[in-house]
Amino acid sequence: MAESIQLEVTRYSPEKGAAPSSQTFEVPLRRDWVVLDALNHIKDQMDGTLTYRWSCRMGICGSCGMMVNGEPKLTCATFLHDYAPGPVRVEPLRYFPIVRDLVVEMSDFMRKLRKVKPWIIREEEKPVSQGEYLQTPVELDTYKQYSMCINCMLCYAACPVYGLDPLFIGPAAIALAQRYNLDSRDAGSRERLEIISQHEGIWGCTFVGECTKVCPKHVDPSGAIQQYKLTAAKDWFKSWLMPRGAK
Amino acid sequence: MEVFSHDVLLIGGGGAGLRAAIAVVEANPKLTVAVVSKVYPMRSHTVSAEGGSAGVIKPGDSLDEHAYDTISGGDWLCDQDAVEAFVKEAPEELLRLEHWGCPWSREPDGHIAVRAFGGMKKMRTWFAADKTGFHMLHTLFQTTLSYAGIKRYDEWFVTKLLVDDGQVQGVVAIEQMTGRVHAILAKAVILCTGGCGRVFPYTTNAAIKTGDGMGLAYRAGAPLKDMEFIQYHPTGLPFTGILITEATRAEGGWLLNKDGYRYLQDYDLGKPEPKPVLRSMELGPRDRLSQAFVKEMEKGRTVKGPYGDVVHLDLRQLGEKLINTKLPFVRELCLKYENIDPVKELIPVRPVVHYMMGGVHTDIHGATPLAGLYAAGEVACVSINGANRLGSNSLPELLVFGARAGKAAAAFAAEQRDPGKQVLEQAMDENRRLEEQYLHKSGGRERVATLREEMQKTMEAGAGIYRAAGSLTEAQRSLQKIRERTANVMLDDHSLTFNTELIAALEQSFLLDVAEAMVHSALHRTESRGAHQRTDFPDRDDQQFLAHTLVSRNPDGGPRVSHLPVTITRWPPGKRVYGQAAQQTQGR
Repeated sequence: MAESIQLEVTRYSPEKGAAPSSQTFEVPLRRDWVVLDALNHIKDQMDGTLTYRWSCRMGICGSCGMMVNGEPKLTCATFLHDYAPGPVRVEPLRYFPIVRDLVVEMSDFMRKLRKVKPWIIREEEKPVSQGEYLQTPVELDTYKQYSMCINCMLCYAACPVYGLDPLFIGPAAIALAQRYNLDSRDAGSRERLEIISQHEGIWGCTFVGECTKVCPKHVDPSGAIQQYKLTAAKDWFKSWLMPRGAK
Repeated sequence: MEVFSHDVLLIGGGGAGLRAAIAVVEANPKLTVAVVSKVYPMRSHTVSAEGGSAGVIKPGDSLDEHAYDTISGGDWLCDQDAVEAFVKEAPEELLRLEHWGCPWSREPDGHIAVRAFGGMKKMRTWFAADKTGFHMLHTLFQTTLSYAGIKRYDEWFVTKLLVDDGQVQGVVAIEQMTGRVHAILAKAVILCTGGCGRVFPYTTNAAIKTGDGMGLAYRAGAPLKDMEFIQYHPTGLPFTGILITEATRAEGGWLLNKDGYRYLQDYDLGKPEPKPVLRSMELGPRDRLSQAFVKEMEKGRTVKGPYGDVVHLDLRQLGEKLINTKLPFVRELCLKYENIDPVKELIPVRPVVHYMMGGVHTDIHGATPLAGLYAAGEVACVSINGANRLGSNSLPELLVFGARAGKAAAAFAAEQRDPGKQVLEQAMDENRRLEEQYLHKSGGRERVATLREEMQKTMEAGAGIYRAAGSLTEAQRSLQKIRERTANVMLDDHSLTFNTELIAALEQSFLLDVAEAMVHSALHRTESRGAHQRTDFPDRDDQQFLAHTLVSRNPDGGPRVSHLPVTITRWPPGKRVYGQAAQQTQGR
């Protein structure tokens, strides 16, 4: 008989009115299977009610983030055999409201993303007919890593500050704000700083760096937050020294 | 049932949909516009495109050369007026994306960098490392956030187009979070739902690529065009179907058979050189490379693997530094999903279904023959791709024709009166259908997943890289049986909250429409051209088939085929040549 492994999967349906519980499924343990393959196996062969999001299966669409044995992971990039002999615990992303089973409510993140103005802000726009804005590879490298965020929200599920204070704008949104601040073609950093430093969230971030550790795309939100703190602190200091001319 | 109303409605929030939405608000800020998408827009499949986006920008290149490469690459089935508009507007659109912040890779002096790509005689492919689609999609999505006028319905699934008096007047959609069914009325609807790779078992396409827009249009009475032309990408990873970008070959990667031999030299694709040569060998077009794989397999010169035959992609000669700077995602994918390091090891690859040349028939402005209905991107067939799309033409296509469809739909919507109330009755009927067929239905014994798998196997066996009357007729019979069994579907899930099994059942019904249209069109085209290779009719037949195939739905539900001549402007049909011969031909 082929090897198998147990998955302990969170089940929750608001229509049933019961608290979230866990259900155990036994699935084949194949060398090339990721956790998502096991979930698909359960859904297709065993229980069509199991509910989760997924799409690209190549770590770029950002849909399939879940907690695997307590850690936020992209399930399409997490091999089952790394957890053998099991069992493997699969839960919805931490700190988000559960919609059903492994699906979480993410409109809070979508609102925060828009709030930090993640688009190019310029005083004057040159016509497209005048060609590109020049940007050297060195200038590109300055912000490149922050542009790699796939909005998978693993960093929110790892962030102790977000866990305590859902108003905190959070690692990915701040990293994306920084992506535009550091872009040589952008002139909007002042506007974004005002939005981000409004809330005390960034001061609560204690440089734990959990967000950076769990990022599947090697973005460093923690670094972005520390840079923000520094800029905001300088600003505060300046406004205290020169109350009328700081901006 | 709640009723919402907008002037222009986009179905699909990928590259084409988002570009079209911006085009609508910029064309006419008075119009209300909304994007309905079954996933959050940044999850859309544009995100997976890797290699790049073609647009003439460098000295020494010309629009005519880009047009010629595209037309010859498409085996003369492209409409040349559409290609001319496309190559002219592609650079403007790519520059616009640059202005919006897309992190294009650069030359040392700060100008846009370009790379070589398959079937292109000049270097003209813009890229953002090897995550071009990802960066384009996120740039577009984040830019749309700056437009307060663009309303979004995230995670809403469209089940039907509302048509009254020969005109599209809106849609019916399920709000997945609550399971509620709503009507969204509109004066113009633009389909931007992408492709349908999930008709086949091995595909680079994401799970969401289920031909929804093609099915919606077809059922509403709009014809589908050139559905027999399905692109296999020659280098997908076995099992997962994950795409290994053509850019690997543009940077100098080789395809090797089991003897370590660069076998493409045996298939009229040129002689092996140590450095990549444009329009030659590994930089030949995708149809020819995928066909060469099958021939090589027939000769017994491929490698047996656990998921069928493979050949090897060799990147070792490129060195770690180049791979890390220009192909970092490829290395990440190989390491994470195949446990292979391309710096030191060979990558096993096989042809996998990648792109649909066919789609909803539109004119050069994205308009379908059905008033009020537009389409852009992979769901549409304009046609600039003809019988075979060149790599790096699909990303600029979704920008150029997304923008065109947006402008055209905006102009149309401004002239229309509000949709009539009659369509609301249709919407109520649709709501009842969903309840009766799925949610409230008891009994039935067919699982959605089983029907999907059988359809996929049928298509791979009958309508793959090579087809013949026999295999296609057999596929047609199997699909008919699967359709009959579809009436007997049983859902485990009768819940209203985020019912993904219901969505899968609806997607499967669209996939089946698409599969039937593909097989029917393929049977009808008794010639070989580009990606459509008939072993029983191995030659191209310009006498009979310099024409598009149109499939419409008969009142009884069955498909009806007709033809539409190809538009030729300046490039009369010629022979497709690659390798050394291609170096000698002029651009005209």
